[in-house]
Amino acid sequence: MAEVEGANAPLCVLDGIVKRFGDLTANDHISLSLRAGEIHALLGENGAGKSTLVKILDGLLAPDEGRILWQGRPITLASPEDAATLGIGMVFQHFSLFDNLTVAENIAVAMPAGVGLRVLNKRIMELGERYGLALDPKREVWTLSAGERQRIEIVRALLREPKLLILDEPTSVLTPQEADTLFATLEELARQGCALLYISHKLEEVTRLCDRATILRGGRVVAMCNPREETPQKIASLMVGTAIPPLHDRDNRPADVRLSLRRLNAAPADLHGIALKDVSLDVRGGEILGLAGVAGNGQSELFEILSGERAAPQRGMVLIDGEECGLDGIDTRRRKGAAFLPEERNGHAAVGALSLPNNVVLSRHATSDIAPRNVIAFDRARALSDAIIAKFDVRTPSPLAEAGKLSGGNLQKFVVGREIIGNPRVLVIDNPTWGVDAGAAVLIRQALIDLAAAGTAVLMISQDLDEIFAIADRIAVIHHGAVTAPRNVRTVAREEIGLMMTGGQGASHAA
Amino acid sequence: MRLELIPRSDVSSLQRTLAPLWAILIALLMGGLIVAFLGRSPLAAFKVYFLEPLTDPWALQELAVKATPLIIIATGLVYCFRANLWNIGAEGQLIVGAIFGSIVPLATVGMESTPWVLPVALLLGALGGALYGSIPAFLRVRFGVSEILVSLMLVYVAELTLDYLVRGPWRDPKGFNFPTTPNFESFALLPNLASEGRLHAGIIIALLCAAVTWFVLNRTLFGFGIRVAGEAPRAARFSGFNANRMTIAAFMISGGLAGLAGIVEVTGQIGQLKPAISGGLGFTAIIVAYLGRLHPVGIVFGAFVIALTVYGGEAAQITLKLPLDLTRTFQGILLFCVLAADALTTYKLRIVRGLHA
Repeated sequence: MAEVEGANAPLCVLDGIVKRFGDLTANDHISLSLRAGEIHALLGENGAGKSTLVKILDGLLAPDEGRILWQGRPITLASPEDAATLGIGMVFQHFSLFDNLTVAENIAVAMPAGVGLRVLNKRIMELGERYGLALDPKREVWTLSAGERQRIEIVRALLREPKLLILDEPTSVLTPQEADTLFATLEELARQGCALLYISHKLEEVTRLCDRATILRGGRVVAMCNPREETPQKIASLMVGTAIPPLHDRDNRPADVRLSLRRLNAAPADLHGIALKDVSLDVRGGEILGLAGVAGNGQSELFEILSGERAAPQRGMVLIDGEECGLDGIDTRRRKGAAFLPEERNGHAAVGALSLPNNVVLSRHATSDIAPRNVIAFDRARALSDAIIAKFDVRTPSPLAEAGKLSGGNLQKFVVGREIIGNPRVLVIDNPTWGVDAGAAVLIRQALIDLAAAGTAVLMISQDLDEIFAIADRIAVIHHGAVTAPRNVRTVAREEIGLMMTGGQGASHAA
Repeated sequence: MRLELIPRSDVSSLQRTLAPLWAILIALLMGGLIVAFLGRSPLAAFKVYFLEPLTDPWALQELAVKATPLIIIATGLVYCFRANLWNIGAEGQLIVGAIFGSIVPLATVGMESTPWVLPVALLLGALGGALYGSIPAFLRVRFGVSEILVSLMLVYVAELTLDYLVRGPWRDPKGFNFPTTPNFESFALLPNLASEGRLHAGIIIALLCAAVTWFVLNRTLFGFGIRVAGEAPRAARFSGFNANRMTIAAFMISGGLAGLAGIVEVTGQIGQLKPAISGGLGFTAIIVAYLGRLHPVGIVFGAFVIALTVYGGEAAQITLKLPLDLTRTFQGILLFCVLAADALTTYKLRIVRGLHA
């Protein structure tokens, strides 16, 4: 790291940055310096203040106090364009791409006017060779994998020749192999003198990749360290502030098949949806079956058909407790003893504008006594809601608070609790700990383990391989709408799963 | 320079309740300013518009008569608007309801007193509105057509159909060629509630509609589904509500109530069909629905406020020679003020210099 010229003089210094939103201080006197040629990790749980700090650096938010020094001079960033002109590039977690445009066209829209497509094509190819970012400029975006889409974002940023590149959770949608390719690119960028600010909560990769780490908690810097010298466990406890309890394992006694898919074929519901191809799967009582896969490979389509939000093409394609129910609606399936929890908390699993008891009504009106003869008994909904709050340690401003007032982790505990407290015989859950803090994640995973131990069949769709390896008994992979035969998590190699996630050899020229 | 809306962290229910009152106050001030520009005394206008109607018992009855159809239509619109469906065609559903509802009363003109005619007329009126309201819902569900355009354009179809009927097949042969139907028999009319004045039983129907709607929206699973469908369609599906069925149900209830309002108008105060029976009640009800914040109790108040502007406008035209268009202008100002007051209760306004924060 020290061989880079001028490495001792920081490229960019944040000095005492404060940003408040009403009563909340999102950034509380944060100071941080970034040097050319280093990969600097910014760590913290959701709500620690990472996104706010990044938005300040990108010119999207103005700090209330503090200053930003760029190559020693104080600057103000009034807009992302200001930041880009200065040499600050940004690669967001969620892609902002036009699906029906080509790679080159997507890049052209973000460039200053007057750069022709032919010149651009050439520069895209050049950059691709230099940094290992293989991209065909003429392909339409909707045909590309998540890894390839991310490369567009990176190339788009690199074409502005940034001195500082900020990456927000760049591996969250990548397979392990795609992530390795990305790391090689980032290391090459650092070698050529670019400073990188790397935001992540995946600690394994931070300890591999980063030279320095700044850890935020509650809007403050709580620690700085060299991640290569720390263990992920140590960094995690710094992020959370307390030691994280380990998961308690259970005896695994799989019983009868509770949930089955029989040769499920389903056309996509919309233009860019994924068709499900000949999916067959059995989940037994007492086990957790983890379904791995890169986002957008048919997980949400599968969830819709499992839950009955969308009917299967034939009655016999979905079985709950041996009964054919492919054409039944979600409430009928719930009455058969199944429970479902979709990935998206806001607007799908819960409604932010409704109170917590009303959010209990949302998914439990068919499977509890809270809506006899289609009239809602609010006292009963309230009682059930209070029981969930108590049992699953949900921190809420008030028992009648609107769901939108809860933090992500607490709302997730609430909706998971809402489904589990009814003792379902089958549970289908999509990304149970997506975007929640470590404490809530442990509580939710333990609840799933306990539920399986009590005899429930749990199908857990997850993009987090660590999560599947931590709590599942068997693992299957979904890729382009097809599901592989489940394997035992204790005997299968991670690399093998990673390969399946990209469809094995040759399916993607990314790996 | 640009404006930014920042959510307020704590908004008390008292502030929310007071917001429309502030809106009315500000609208009054703006209305007064316009009256002053027209060269009349704002105080005199205020007196004619608002004080006299509210102190005269005959005028109070008249307000209730004018508020009646607005309450019925607006409570119906709540089902659509809460579900994020835009039924702009209540005017047309009202007219079709009036046509359907008039079939039996017209067929019984000249007959002996028949007690079942009035209830059947009211039911047929609601049915006609419901069927007419189901057209935009069906087209939306089946073909993805915008319900805004369809419901609005069907207003003109309804108006011209009524025009054709009263000039053609349903015209009163003894009516000196005037484009009206025969007068309904008295047993086909809603009874008057007062010996003097025009107050009829329609107001009871209206208040009943508001009460039932309150119960349906706040206590039943169906009303819950309507609210969830409006807030988050995917959550509604997760909750087990069929979006297509909800769309059709909301439109049919909405249209049914508009149709009921139509036949209540005809049997309550007009007594026959003629080319123009509504004069835009179906559109004014949209203002009432929002003035009442899509809440049945609020709607009853909102309907009386709007009825006041209509009645006061007529009085001001007679005594102060103020143009009747002023009433519409004032209703528009009022709607803007109410929407702004709601927005400013939830958000605070910040002026930001430069294009970006």
